[in-house]
Amino acid sequence: MSKQSLNIVIGGAAGQGLATIGRLLSKAVVRAGYHLLVTQKYMSRVRGGHNTFAVRLGTEPLLSGTETIDVLAALNEETLDKHSEELAKNALVVAGDDLDTKDRNALRIPFKELAPKPLFYNIVVLGVLAGAIRLDISILEELLTQTFGKKGDEILQGNLDVLRKAYDWVAEQDHEFGFDGTPKAGKGRMMVNGNEAIALGALAAGCNFVSFYPMTPATSVALSLIGKGAPLGLQYEQVEDEIAAVNMALGASYAGAKALVTTSGGGFALMEEGISLAGVSETPLVCVVVQRPGPATGMATRTEQSDLNLVVYAGHGEFPRAVFAPSDPEECFYLTHRAFDLTETYQTPVFVLSDQYLADSYRDEELFDLDGLPEIAAPLLEWKEDEYKRYALTDDGVSPRLIPGYSEALVRADSHEHDESSRITENAENRTVQNSKRLRKETGLFEEVIGPDYYGEEGADVVLMSWGSTLGACLEACERIDSKKTFGVLHFKQVYPLREEQFMDYLESAGKVIAVEGNATAQFAQLVARETGFFAQDRILRFDGRAMTWEYVLKGLTEIL
Amino acid sequence: MVSTEQFGEFETSWCPGCGNFSIVKCLKQALADMDLAPHDILVSSGIGQAAKLPHYMLCNMFNGLHGRSMPVAQGMKMALPDMPVLCVSGDGCSYGEGGNHFLAALRRNMDLTLLVHDNQIYGLTKGQASPTSSRGHVTKAQPEGSRSDGFNPVATAVAMRASFVARAFSGEQDHLVSVIKEAVNHKGFSLVDILQPCVSFNKVNTYAWYKERTYILEDHDPTDWTAAMTLSEEFGERIPLGVIYREDKPVFGHGERLAEHKYDKNDLKAVLQSYT
Repeated sequence: MSKQSLNIVIGGAAGQGLATIGRLLSKAVVRAGYHLLVTQKYMSRVRGGHNTFAVRLGTEPLLSGTETIDVLAALNEETLDKHSEELAKNALVVAGDDLDTKDRNALRIPFKELAPKPLFYNIVVLGVLAGAIRLDISILEELLTQTFGKKGDEILQGNLDVLRKAYDWVAEQDHEFGFDGTPKAGKGRMMVNGNEAIALGALAAGCNFVSFYPMTPATSVALSLIGKGAPLGLQYEQVEDEIAAVNMALGASYAGAKALVTTSGGGFALMEEGISLAGVSETPLVCVVVQRPGPATGMATRTEQSDLNLVVYAGHGEFPRAVFAPSDPEECFYLTHRAFDLTETYQTPVFVLSDQYLADSYRDEELFDLDGLPEIAAPLLEWKEDEYKRYALTDDGVSPRLIPGYSEALVRADSHEHDESSRITENAENRTVQNSKRLRKETGLFEEVIGPDYYGEEGADVVLMSWGSTLGACLEACERIDSKKTFGVLHFKQVYPLREEQFMDYLESAGKVIAVEGNATAQFAQLVARETGFFAQDRILRFDGRAMTWEYVLKGLTEIL
Repeated sequence: MVSTEQFGEFETSWCPGCGNFSIVKCLKQALADMDLAPHDILVSSGIGQAAKLPHYMLCNMFNGLHGRSMPVAQGMKMALPDMPVLCVSGDGCSYGEGGNHFLAALRRNMDLTLLVHDNQIYGLTKGQASPTSSRGHVTKAQPEGSRSDGFNPVATAVAMRASFVARAFSGEQDHLVSVIKEAVNHKGFSLVDILQPCVSFNKVNTYAWYKERTYILEDHDPTDWTAAMTLSEEFGERIPLGVIYREDKPVFGHGERLAEHKYDKNDLKAVLQSYT
């Protein structure tokens, strides 16, 4: 086991409270100054099933989840059965004394002895895990005080007593385990997952409207926005369906809101006509699509990167767009902010494409920099010139956007083809002129494309081409591979449009380019081929519903090379 | 004072004799009577001949997608809460494609007005049955007659205790003007189902057919739900016009104009701190 990082997996059935243990432990780990990376796997049910919450902590920044378990906290027998293969050599098993841990290095918890009633068993597990990895108990005590303080002194004291008892119990046990990594990340860091970071990025951009229909794994974007934004004046509504969500957001945006919709693949499929409407009516809209495996209902709580084509080609007709694909919560924050900037500037839909793995993956992050963010383009509230024309022809295709209700000028938005003054028309010449006007925005969007990041030496023997949340797995695989070859990673956080000159040198100078993607058909490699004519020579694809890990990439590399 | 001329005169794509002409005329009259100028209102519409109305009248408008005028209207209202919002569309758009949105809007009860041009036929697509066509209504697409019961929007809205439910007829213009004004002035969601002949495709529900049957309510108390329920079912030999049901109920809360809403950076910093 590496003493520099530790992978703690808490497994059990939904309803057993493993997410609560996981979140409290994670927060304590971040407060202690470790780096953190959480991977959650859960099933589409409220109770039962097999779920895991994996807390990877380390003294150095962590890149990806890992499949090797150093500490397994088993809340039920099934967890022991399912994960015994993944245990590291000296792994520690933490389980109730009613479970058979075989001859493994184990802490068998006498729950009845340590807690007055089952209600406290979660806290017992938390205390035992904290004791096992020698986490400073005062951090947990403070955390519990903040968490349970509102519920009254009696409940809080009960929890604190149980925590201390469980923590002390570990010290008396004869077990060979300890984590001696010295935390280096520093204090005061945030613990935030991808969806929360998207919500924060939206708030930082001034987003003040969200309409949504609940759909895993996107729901928590809206919930985080509402939880944090509603007290500050954000307007929100859980609507009857995704079609209503996108149309309501467009109505709000037309009337001056900074609007966001959030959904997953199936919901986005329903929104597509509205996306097309945003395109022709030139109404700003940020759309967050958190991917899960399809087609149709697919696997509702698992992860995949298979909706790239859906988003890049969404909507009928032709209109400009931009698509961002963050790789971690920090990028979720800054790219969502940027998405608002672009949609307000170019008045065309902009997408943030995430996935379940990133959505539910907590990380430790520096406080996001609110002061350093650029100002976002704002619409006009006054019109003093001649007749206002919503779709006035301009060189860059962007017409002055006026909000109705502030002047006598009429603001007329239309889904039909229209002339500059929004009059519905089928005139052939006008059609060509207006369609070209809208598409001219592509020039501006193109100039603002964020190019890919390249890691490693240029002209490496092997270059992994990744996008979105798979970056960390690629980087860690390259770090760990035992090979004489040189490796590089070319990572795209904006996946559309693509600007050839930003990356072709990396692809052409590579000995071999391998596309690494969480889908079965290498959708991004195909997009790159369509845009540039460059075909990646090989592929490492994962589409079993699980997150890309460094082990998975490494195995793929070994097979290819 | 606002005059009807301020809303302009436009060439339309409507058939000569279409009921839409008198609806747009009555709408302009109602708005002028209420002293609402073209820039004072927001109009959302869907798709269909009725939904083209805001193209034939000066006003702020968002002419969106088929069936989706209601969600757009509600988004507008949330962003510009002090502006009167009208939603204009046909029976296919409002009750067929947009049926789910219609039901949700009744429940949500935002302060806006839905005007439905109800001609019991799909006119723009040249004469198929609509949700409000009666069972047995023969068209080219329903050669054996419509095999479904007609949707009764008024009864549905009353059953759901919508805030304001009225029926009008495009051939009774003074009455239509007064009902629109009452609907716009009502605080909460207002439905005005406007009967309107489709002179090209609906050979059943003609001017004569409506004239023979419709009558203007005189002694009805719209706050009497049981009486309203009974009246809402009256659609055959006699068809009542007027405010069928009215109830004061909680209106979907509205805050400030969102174009002016900005966060205090210190509040956002506190939000970030809550994640440490």
